[in-house]
Amino acid sequence: MCLGIPAKVIEINGYMAEVEIGGTRREASLQLVPDAKVGDFVLIHTGYAIQKIDEKEAEETLELLKQLGESNGSGE
Amino acid sequence: MKFVNEFRNPKLVQALIKKVREYSSTPIKLMEVCGTHTVAISKSGLRQVIPNSITLLSGPGCPVCVTSHRDLDRAITLASIPNVIITTFGDMMKVPGSFSSLSKEKASGKDIRVVYSTLDALKIAEENRDKRIIFLGVGFETSAPTVGQAIIEARRRNLKNFFVFSALKTMPLVLKALIDLGEVNFQGYILPGHVSVIIGVKPYQFLSRDYGMPGVIAGFEPLDVLQTILMLVEMIEKGEPEIKIQYKRAVSPEGNLIAQELLKKVFEPSDADWRGIGVIPETGLKIAENYGDFDAERIFKVETPEPVEPKGCRCGEVLRGLIFPYQCGLFAKACTPESPVGPCMVSSEGACAAYYRYNKL
Ligand code: SF4
Repeated sequence: MCLGIPAKVIEINGYMAEVEIGGTRREASLQLVPDAKVGDFVLIHTGYAIQKIDEKEAEETLELLKQLGESNGSGE
Repeated sequence: MKFVNEFRNPKLVQALIKKVREYSSTPIKLMEVCGTHTVAISKSGLRQVIPNSITLLSGPGCPVCVTSHRDLDRAITLASIPNVIITTFGDMMKVPGSFSSLSKEKASGKDIRVVYSTLDALKIAEENRDKRIIFLGVGFETSAPTVGQAIIEARRRNLKNFFVFSALKTMPLVLKALIDLGEVNFQGYILPGHVSVIIGVKPYQFLSRDYGMPGVIAGFEPLDVLQTILMLVEMIEKGEPEIKIQYKRAVSPEGNLIAQELLKKVFEPSDADWRGIGVIPETGLKIAENYGDFDAERIFKVETPEPVEPKGCRCGEVLRGLIFPYQCGLFAKACTPESPVGPCMVSSEGACAAYYRYNKL
């Protein structure tokens, strides 16, 4: 019940937006994330965007994960 | 899907599992608080591949499961009020109360509708002005703002036939209650990612400060969980407890301020009755006085007899991390998702359901 699914904002009409989730389009409310813009990624929970996804942070986390993975087996 | 697939990269998952194996020397127990984590960890198979030295316990983070029997009975009783349409998330339907369940009530002709969102409940209210629509608010801080927003929206649209039964709960203080109970010895919390999207870091900080308990706010993909475990192992081994965020792409230290404001406006903290734990002060979200005309509890005063708990069900102990689902004598025998005895087997996020589907021994 605490699911949050990443979606891309495609179109905004008032406080509602059309978002794309893995290829399918849905309606979502932007009332809790009013500064979301077209092109932003947001997390959708039961029909509401609850936060914008920070792409830079996502990249940094992935980079860190890669480094962690690579530092494996350093002792041969 | 972007922001999902990258965090499932199988090669990297393997590398990180190896890393966790290297890192973990002493046996530790971690509690994954959130039901969505319980399912994600079971589903991805991580439970089987992390080293034996790390035990993952499930916690009290499945909203339907922690709803007390009394609240459940009251919600079911609301369906008997004439001229009422009950709207609810699907997870609540099959949970057996003391005397009935929502799905049994529906089968007997009551108007009970499963909705995906509070937006749908509002729509039903708008289309059925001659009926009274009650939304069953069950959930944590992730869902509470969507319920609060619906109440605000109902007032704005002058919908006088929309009501909310709030069994909404808040997370941080139940984490304190579990430590205070002192029944289980665990060394770190895997903190709920989507609750934290809303509340941020601060409400958890007492855990490390006052209890020396580290916690990491985690995302839900395998790499998120593995990195979280690594972060916790490191803090535990170094003896430097902190509350950290692994799920940085979604969780900011301050959380979603708009949602927090909304919660303050529409709700007020109240006692909440948690299955298996009991009443914990200030962990419930009651509808504030100012929005009392939307409060199903005030408007429809339902009386229910003393609840009758399902016999033999150890869901309460599962929710406190005391036992694994398979330690319940009814697990996978008398109790299955098809004919569940307790809520932990009904909810898609219940630990019993997750273990039944993915970790049946
Ligand atoms: S297996 Fe069923 S009866 Fe046992 S604790 Fe879980 S929900 Fe309750």
